[in-house]
Order: sequence, then C-alpha cells, then structure tokens
Amino acid sequence: MERAGDIIWINGPVMRARMATGLQMLEQVEVGEQHLVGEVIALQGDIATLQVYEETIGLRPGAPVYGLGMPLGVELGPGLMGGIYDGIQRPLEAIEARSGIYISGGIAAPALDRERRWPLEPALTVGQTLHGGETLGAIVETPLVTLRLPVPPDVDGEVTWAAPAGDYRVTDTVARVRTASGERELNLMQRWPVRQPRPSAGRLPPVTPLITGQRVIDTLFPIARGGTAAVPGGFGAGKTVLQQALARWCDADIIIYVGCGERGNEMADVLREFPHLSDPKTGRPLIERTILIANTSNMPVAAREASIYTGITLAEYYRDMGLHVALMADSTSRWAEALREISGRLEEMPAEEGFPAYLPSRLASFYERAGRVSTLSGQEGSVTLIGAVSPPSGDFSEPVTQHTQRFVRVFWALDKALASARHFPAVNWVDSYSGYVEEISPWWAEHVSDAWAAHRARIVDILQGEGRLQEIVRLVGPDTLPDAQRYLLFVARLIKDAFLQQSALDAVDAYSTPPKQAAMLALLANIYDRGLAIIARGAPVGRLQDEVTLWPQVRRLGSTVANQDTTAIAALQEQLYAQLAAIEEDYRHERHSATI
Amino acid sequence: MSDIAQRSDARLHLPTAQYIGAAAINGPLVMVSGVRGVAYGETVQIAGRDGRLRRGRVVEVGADRAVIEVWSGTSGLVAADTSVRFVGRPLEIAVAREMLGRVFSGSGEPLDGLPRPVAERLADVNGLPINPTARQYPRSLIVTGISVIDCMNTLIRGQKLPIFSGSGLPHNELAAQIVRQAHLLEGNEPFAIVFVALGIRHDDAEFFRRSLQESGALNRTAMFLNLASDAPMERIMAPRAGLTLAEHLAFEHDMHVLVIMTDMTNYGEALRELGSQRGEVPSRKGYPGYLYSDLASHYERTGIVRGRKGSITQVPILVMPNDDISHPIPDLTGYITEGQIVLGRELYGQAVYPPINVLPSLSRLMKDGVGEGYTRADHPALSNQLYAAYARVGDIRSLAAVVGEEELSDADRRYLAFGAAFERQFLNQGRDENRSLEQTLDLGWRVLSQLPRDELTRVSEQLLDAHYRPPAAAAGATTNEA
Ligand SMILES: Nc1ncnc2c1ncn2[C@@H]1O[C@H](COP(=O)(O)OP(=O)(O)O)[C@@H](O)[C@H]1O
Ligand SMILES: [Mg+2]
Repeated sequence: MERAGDIIWINGPVMRARMATGLQMLEQVEVGEQHLVGEVIALQGDIATLQVYEETIGLRPGAPVYGLGMPLGVELGPGLMGGIYDGIQRPLEAIEARSGIYISGGIAAPALDRERRWPLEPALTVGQTLHGGETLGAIVETPLVTLRLPVPPDVDGEVTWAAPAGDYRVTDTVARVRTASGERELNLMQRWPVRQPRPSAGRLPPVTPLITGQRVIDTLFPIARGGTAAVPGGFGAGKTVLQQALARWCDADIIIYVGCGERGNEMADVLREFPHLSDPKTGRPLIERTILIANTSNMPVAAREASIYTGITLAEYYRDMGLHVALMADSTSRWAEALREISGRLEEMPAEEGFPAYLPSRLASFYERAGRVSTLSGQEGSVTLIGAVSPPSGDFSEPVTQHTQRFVRVFWALDKALASARHFPAVNWVDSYSGYVEEISPWWAEHVSDAWAAHRARIVDILQGEGRLQEIVRLVGPDTLPDAQRYLLFVARLIKDAFLQQSALDAVDAYSTPPKQAAMLALLANIYDRGLAIIARGAPVGRLQDEVTLWPQVRRLGSTVANQDTTAIAALQEQLYAQLAAIEEDYRHERHSATI
Repeated sequence: MSDIAQRSDARLHLPTAQYIGAAAINGPLVMVSGVRGVAYGETVQIAGRDGRLRRGRVVEVGADRAVIEVWSGTSGLVAADTSVRFVGRPLEIAVAREMLGRVFSGSGEPLDGLPRPVAERLADVNGLPINPTARQYPRSLIVTGISVIDCMNTLIRGQKLPIFSGSGLPHNELAAQIVRQAHLLEGNEPFAIVFVALGIRHDDAEFFRRSLQESGALNRTAMFLNLASDAPMERIMAPRAGLTLAEHLAFEHDMHVLVIMTDMTNYGEALRELGSQRGEVPSRKGYPGYLYSDLASHYERTGIVRGRKGSITQVPILVMPNDDISHPIPDLTGYITEGQIVLGRELYGQAVYPPINVLPSLSRLMKDGVGEGYTRADHPALSNQLYAAYARVGDIRSLAAVVGEEELSDADRRYLAFGAAFERQFLNQGRDENRSLEQTLDLGWRVLSQLPRDELTRVSEQLLDAHYRPPAAAAGATTNEA
C-alpha cells in the first residue's frame, strides 16, 4: 500500500491530509498506524479531506495516509447470510472474537471468510460467450438461499476455462474469460463501490405486492415488490416493531436489515429471535435469509453514514441473481444526521435546520436504487426499500420527512395518539397513503378474491366518513347524528379494533395471510351494508349495537382465528347475518306495523 | 493536586509536552499554537497564574495548532501566562470497587475529604461501544413496588428507562422510592448504585444522599456531584466518569449497577454552551447537531453482555423545560432510551402520587419480560387493556365536556367511573407503599372490572373468565363466602 500523504488537521471523524501522490475523489484510504478505514470526500489543490469510519481519538497530525486505489466498497459473494456487519461491512462477530465485548478501532477483518469452501455447481462451458451479470454457477448458501452468482457487470468475452463442480474458496479461480482487454480470472467474490448503483437491464412495473402479513399495510396501504416506503413516527410510535415485523414476515427472498444509529439491544433482539423464528413459507429459521448491518447510535458516526449504502449494495447484488430483496433502514433520520454532523465539521453552508443542501439529492439517489428490474441476465429481481424516519418531536414538517415524502410512493404515517392508546400498528389511516393500489389490485383479484378492490374501497369510505363525522361529534356529541351515520361510526370502530389493530406480539395475530385478510375485510364490508339496509327499514342503531351479541367475537378475530381457518370467518359472518335478520324481522312490514 | 492522568504517564513512560502561553482563550476553549505531535482527543492539563490545575481535551488539532476544551472553567486564565501540558493519553479516571460509599466531583476528584482510592485500573472515560453481538437481551423484571410501573411500564434489569418530569414535580421522590424498593422477583445478587448529579441544587443532592442513607444503600453508592454552583463544563465530564465506574463494577466485578443521572437537561445545556462557543452550526433550539449521538454515547452504556454476570440499568431524570416533551432533550432521549416514565402536572394537582402520565409512558423492554414464565400469564393483556381503556377515558372526558355527563351513554359513564378508579386506586399509592406484583395485577383487574365485559376485547374470554369480577358480582361472591 502506498503512502499517499500525511494528516495535517483532525476534527473528530473529519480530517485533512496533504497529498504526496494523488488520491481520487471517494477513494478508500487507511489512516495512521492502526490503518483506520476512511474515504476521500473532497479534494482541493494538494489537500484531501477525509472522513474516517472509526474512532479517531489518539490520532496525530503527521499520521500516514494510504490510498487503496479504489472507492469504498463491499465484498459480495457467498457467506454473508445470517451475518451481522458494521456500517462498512466489518463482521461484528469476528471483531468480538478478537477484541471482546467492546469494539476497538483498527481491526481489519474481511467480510467474506477466506478459508471456507463452498460447493459450486458451475454453469459455464468452455467456448461459450459470457456477458456481465450472467450466472457463473450456483451455490446453496443456506437451505433458504441459493445463490446464482452473477459475473461482474463489466465481463464480456469467451470462456476459455471453467472449473468442474467442487468445493472452492471465495478467492479460488473458477473460470477464465478471454476479453477484449486480455484474459480475466473469475472467482466467487467481487467488490463493488457502495455509492455506485449496480446496473440492470431495465426497470419493470411494480405489479406484485410485497405481502407483509400486516393487514393495515397489505390491504389499505400496500407496497409493491420493488417499491419504496417511508415509516415516519415520533419515538415509541412503533417504527422499529413494524420494521422488524416486516423483516420477519414479508415474502421477500432476502432481508437486509440496517440498524442505522439506533439501539444495540434492538440488534441483539433480532440476533436472538431470528434463529428461532421460522419462515412462514418453508418453516426454516428466518436468520438463513437475513443479513444485519448494525451501526448503532454509539458507533462511529461516519460509518453510520456509509451503512445504508452498504445495505443497498448488498441488496442489489442479490437482486442481480433474480431474487426479491427487502431492505429496512431504521432510521434514515440518523443517517441524515450523520450527514449533517460531517457537513458541520467541514463548515459547509447549511440549508434547513443545519442539514446540508445536498440532503434531498442524497435521499433521492438512495430511494432510486429500489425497483423491480430485469437483470443483466434477463431474470426478474427486485429491491424494496422501507425507511424509518424519526422526525424531531414527531413533527412531519421537518426536512428529512418532507424530502423523503417526495421520493417514496408509500407513506405509513405513525401516530403518537394511536400508539399511546396501544393501537398498533399505529398507522394513521387518514395521513397514510400508497401509490401502488391500482397496480397491484389485479394480483389480489387473481390470487385471492375478486371482491378485494370493492371491499377495500368500502372500508376506505367508512374510515374517511368517520373522520368527517368525528368533527361533528366533537362539537355536538353523537346523539344528533342520524342512525345511519351512528352505525357508520360504530362499524368504523369495529374496523379499527378488529382489522387495523394487529399485535406484533400475539402468536396468532402477528401474521395474517392474504386469504384471512380478505375474509375479514369481506365480513366487515358486508356487515356494514347489511346493517345499513336494516336501519334504512327503520331499525334503530341501538338495537343493532345491543342485540347482536357477536361483536366481541368480531373484535377478537385477529387473535382467535388461525390463518388456515378462514372458513371460521365466513361462519361468523353467517351467524351475524342471522342475528341481524332477527332484528330485521321486526321491520319487514315496517309501514304496516307502525301501529304496533 | 497530583492528577490521575499524570500518574499514568509516569507509569507508562509516555512523552508529555508542555507549552507556555495560549494563542487565545474563548469561553471554555483554549487555542495553542506552535505545538507538535498533539493527538486528537488527548487530555490536557492547564495551569494559570493562580496555580490551579484544570483539565481539558483536544477537540481539534492542526499541524501546529490545537484547540482545547477546558472542563473546569477558564476564568482566571491569562493567555500569555497559561501553561499547557499534553498528557499523551485520552481522558481517564481511576476506577475501583472501593469507590462505593464515596463522594466525588464530576471529574472524579474526592469531595469527602478522604484520600483518593487506590486505582484498580485507569479507564478511558469515553468508553467504547459495546459490540451488539456481545449484548445479552435484557429480560429480568425489577419489581419496584409501584403499580403503574410494575404492571404497565416495567423496569427491566439492563434497561435505560428515564423519568421525564417538570419542575416542582416529585421525580426525586419517585426515583428514591424506586431505589428503596427495587428488587428482583427471585434471587439476591450484589448491587451498587452510581449517582450522578448534573447541575442540580444542593438540597436535591442532599435529598438523595439522605434517602440512600436511610435505606442503608449509601455504602454501596458512588456519588459524582456536579452541582448547580459548579463549573458547567465539568457537567460534560460527570456522566462519563460515573458510567466508566459503572462499567467497571458491572463487567469486572459482576455487580448489578443502577445508575441515576439527574438532570440530563442541565447536561444538554452545558453541551449547547460549549457548541456555541466553538462556533458550531446549531440545529434545533441552538443545540448541537450531534446532541443525539452524544446522549446516545451515555445511554447506550447500559445493558448486559454475554459471559459477564453484572449489568447496568439506567434511570436518568430530566426536567422538561416548560413541561414540553417535544423539547430536544426529552425528545432525543426518548429516541434513544428504552421507554420513558412521564410525570404530569394535572395528576400532581389532583394529589395523585406518583403523578405518572400513563399514556405517553412506555417501557420498550416490557414485551419480553412479562407474561407466562416471567410474571403472570395475564400480565401483558391486562396492561394492554388498561392502556386502551384509559385512552378511551380521555376521549369520553372530552366528549363529556361538550355534551355534559348526563348525555353520555351508559357504557361511557362506566368508562368515567373506571377512569376515576384507575387514577385513585391503581395509580395512586403511598410514598412508602410497596405493592407486590400479585397485588398490583389483582388491583388492575379490580379497576378494569368497572367496565362492561363486552368492552374488554383486548383480553381473551379465558382471561375474563378467570379475572373479570364486576363490582356487583364481586360483592355477591363475598357474601357467599361469608
Ligand atoms: N405492532 C405492534 N404490536 C404490539 N406492540 C407494538 C407494536 N408496535 C409497537 N409496539 C409497542 O410500542 C413500543 C415502541 O415501539 P417501537 O417500534 O420501538 O417504536 P419506535 O421505533 O417508533 O420508537 C414497543 O416496545 C411495543 O411495546
Ligand atoms: Mg425505533
């Protein structure tokens, strides 16, 4: 490694070096005797500004700077699944083995194990032409994940040698390719610069929902595979529990969970639980499809800034194998704050609330890396991005929430008042929205229920109607409302209790399959229509509320009816119909019986 | 005054460099030029004409210039006459088990007239981040004997659970009661208390000392006192010193350490003062943009790690300026800690003790520390239902204010009765009343039974069968028994 210059100024993670040889913009560097990892973030004359991803206490001016000749990157290949890495992809377990319970600086450990051998099923034959992104071979990394290793995007040529099936280390050469620029050796790993999106052949429309098992999401505010969503909410509103629920239950092939500037115990929680939770589809432990990036709030702030790029680059890599990846970033606000902190130390001119003027463009380029694509090898893959936002004092008008909102299509607004009342997930049904409803409706019609879109629209109407009526109620009380409207309020409350609320902690309720969701949705929509018809005949709303004894059962549906038991929901609907019919009986000949 | 760091130099034979004369002094910052080989973050000793030794650290360093942040104030320093010694090591304090029972300043100097304790080791006050892979997820409940905490916002060993208060509210009494009554459901292991005073009044510190003494815990307590009259800069040091000792006791001596830091708002203000003197770009309300990371570097020093027997539990106290929970200090604290206990002025005005505002209060670690196998099977659902019902009480009270109580439906009136019972019987308790967990949970069911059974859909039918006893039926049952 070449000594590129010397440090001349240090201010926390930001420092300046006088260069002897040229460093490039965004080049990865190592600083000091400890070889702390950093990156060039500005160049002016012979002065390079660096940000360093590790604790810099103890570093002195005069310390050497080494250039690595390439941008900050991550290692891609077999062996990442189930692992936990810091913001610059250092394996935290290996670090613990070396430095004990505390993370100390200057520990170099490769992300991919260099000794472990992987059973490769080669896909190449000598003489074939090979293009970037095509499959080198397959490796079963875990029972849940089969990697179809893509060759680096810039490879183009004729295969001159291919290794036979067998066990290989990540650095072993497994193929040779004759390219225009000479012969190239391929192995099982590749490096990719984190700030550069990996190429694909083109975008595809987001037409398949990412099923999360959360009713308020899948039914009211769905997200598509390849889509983008933001989860803003004050502290305690339920961002982390929701993100973790999605990491558990959503039907992606791979989960990348980025703990960005949040709590250590939350990462410990995932590490403790995921090996014991099973994938709803296969029954295998969820950890086999999950990668954790943990740069907790007390870890170096510059590495926090890098962590979401590390995460998204891993996500794109699996996408390029034709897999569906979901990335959760908790919290993007902490990432933005890291950006602000570094910008402040650089004495850049701040824009809003001290954030640098480039905050929106950074956010945009992050969310733009989501998408459902056709890969270079012609398969379909996707990256879905779900970012938590932590607005100061829960006020959504602040810059990070505002700018994020411009670049995402789904907005799950978490509501402090709902969370205080322990209505979870505290997704506010008035402020939230999804831009994918139209595109994914055909999927529900085809796979679950023809009536889904109609029932959904009915429920949305009721909830919106409730919002308007509540304003009147707040002024004059409910008694002045006509019975039909009071019934709407009653059913709206039923919808909130039975359908929108869903405890992530309840063994049964934590996950609702699409058929269960559709059945519950149908019951609520039908009961509303049925009741309304009876009220139209003259029945007072009080009788519907008091004489139907099954309402508590409806409220408990989520936790009492198992996913495979959707017939129980239909059965309950029949019983409700029967109780309603008994009331209706009295009003069958309403006009004639007025004298009774 | 021989400094701890100085002794370490002698032992480790590290080079130290001394310079006379500062280029500039600006508030707590001292600029020195012509320096060589100074490390970022290293400790500095500064002496003025008055001969008083002050400590600080290097916060920015260039090729021949260093900016030093001085902890114990720069008043009395004269630029030309200031001698600056670079110690060559990060800021360290001596830690030892025998510091229990002692009183120190915010920077770790004895204040009780006794000699400096013999150091077991010198520890960097900034600590190091705990590797998330080394953490053990906390699950053991600490029973406080306070119903609303034990039932609805449980304290877990290894948790950071702050008290958000308002000026004049009884947060000190509540913290003292927690310290006095806290125990595990089972087992009795060595425990210690680290008390860190941050800019509080002398009488508040004295209140804690007396209360610890009365409960016999004083000889297991180390106190780090930075009082209102002490240098605000030392306030930046005090939590670091206290937590460094806590880590030593927990992870080297297998002790269960409870850390009480009060008032974190004063700490935040000291940080703001420093930031503005450094000419930094402020973010909200003038607080530095790194306030979140700085607070996290203290709060995250809580927890349990695998392979070590001890633990650190934190109960920081902060007074919300203007009772405003959205103020940056409570707001960022809430984003970092594992919940919060919020005190409310309205309940206090109604003579409810502890005046805990239930709805905004939360214990994030409760979900894994209660229920079957931990406390009682009905505990999680009971808590959930109490929350839901009490939230509805709030709505109905607002409605009643509009239409009048007479106009309310029967069910709504029962909610109001429940609300009153909840506040008067469940929430309210004596300052020395130590309720068992059984008592607390049974009491929870008793107040819940004021509501119609059909309203209680957050709990299962089975639990209702086992625990729901509406007042009339309960009376009937008593008559039958008699
Ligand atoms: N879906 C949910 N089901 C049950 N409880 C929840 C749910 N979401 C949040 N909670 C409760 O709220 C608490 C705070 O949630 P969390 O996700 O940590 O908030 P945030 O990340 O927004 O600060 C959790 O500890 C849990 O008790
Ligand atoms: Mg969170």
